[in-house]
Amino acid sequence: MRRYTPKDNVQAKAKYTDRFWVAPETKKEPVGEGSFYDKVVKTLQEDGVEVLKSYIELGMLVVEILPEQNVAALKNLKEKSCFKMCTELSAVDYLAQDGEFEIFYLLLNLDEAKRVRVQTRIKENQAIESVEKVFKMANFAEREMYDMFGIYVNNHSNLKRILMPDDWVGHPLRKTYPLHGDEHAQWYEVDKIFGKEYRDIIGPENRDPARIDRYDTKRFARVGHEVPFGADPSLVDSTIRPIEDGYSKTFLTDYTKESKQLENRK
Amino acid sequence: MAQHQVNYTSSGGLPVVLTTVDHIINWGRSNSLWPLTYGLACCAIEMMASGASRYDFDRMGVIFRASPRQADVMILAGTLTKKHAEFTRRLYDQMAEPKWVISMGSCANTGGMFNTYSIVQGVDRIVPVDIYLPGCAPRPETLQYAVMMLQKKIRRQSANMKKNKLQRLI
Repeated sequence: MRRYTPKDNVQAKAKYTDRFWVAPETKKEPVGEGSFYDKVVKTLQEDGVEVLKSYIELGMLVVEILPEQNVAALKNLKEKSCFKMCTELSAVDYLAQDGEFEIFYLLLNLDEAKRVRVQTRIKENQAIESVEKVFKMANFAEREMYDMFGIYVNNHSNLKRILMPDDWVGHPLRKTYPLHGDEHAQWYEVDKIFGKEYRDIIGPENRDPARIDRYDTKRFARVGHEVPFGADPSLVDSTIRPIEDGYSKTFLTDYTKESKQLENRK
Repeated sequence: MAQHQVNYTSSGGLPVVLTTVDHIINWGRSNSLWPLTYGLACCAIEMMASGASRYDFDRMGVIFRASPRQADVMILAGTLTKKHAEFTRRLYDQMAEPKWVISMGSCANTGGMFNTYSIVQGVDRIVPVDIYLPGCAPRPETLQYAVMMLQKKIRRQSANMKKNKLQRLI
């Protein structure tokens, strides 16, 4: 692995990228009067669902609603507009930008081959009502949402982690979660199998797959096999000399430092 | 009288073979390496291909066993997640000694391209590995070569496993 260089100053010294380039946004068109989607939005409003915003994006209707009305909105779409299938349900982390999560539900009308995205925003510690009673797939999808983002779902039949182990700490899909894991994640299997006291014996994870320690006769067999397991190769073979400094140094996290990454996140 | 009867004294041979205990035990061990049927990811597909008729692992005495109690070799074929590490170690512990481990593929060796929070960065963190087999995924021939290297290693060892100190972790 290459050494990580901070990318926050990328604008100050943009070398290869055009600093004035702005990523294009997808076009948001108004809902056409009298179209299929127009009827969908109107049926929603007739049922008392407050539609904050509605537009067509990439040929798909997007409806923004209040988080309290998510069950009512999905029920209306399923029963009155025939969106019988919920294909996906998850969240997007906008905590750094707005301090909010965006929760979206992707629905499909199998008769008309039309799709609608219902989206809503909640605060970090706000819970959302489960839509499991409307769409059964929400059972697993909401569990995943809880697992990955830590969003609590009210009245869910079995709200526990689905991908990560039950005793995992943190929610990995949050933007603040480090890619290589926090301290708990990095020692997870060692703590579980051998106990915490083995941390010193086993040592931190080696995250450089190209790293080869010539003196490690435990992990690396020496072709020719002259050196016994665990022996110091320099004692056996006098031709082996230390490698120059910096040739194969690994970037390792400093586990001894006081401040833990977990605490910084909070 | 039977025509095939051999007169040992006259033909110069005796029905006796002289060898060492180490040699004969290691001969037996290395020629009947029974791996655990244990696949973790895409490398397991190559492992299955090695066991099937085209590559034919059986001719080397390699027969996959469905129980760790009957297995000698653990081929860790694929990405090992941290959630699963506990069970891998338990399977390893359940294997009877002597036992060996082949780490198959980049993911098992070093975590491979999954340099993330949920993947064990090298299975040698939890079990002692004898053979590291590179590749993503290694071809069946490569796995067979790894088994041949393991056989070579076993033949070189002492039959007394305590002497080899191989079973100790780290």
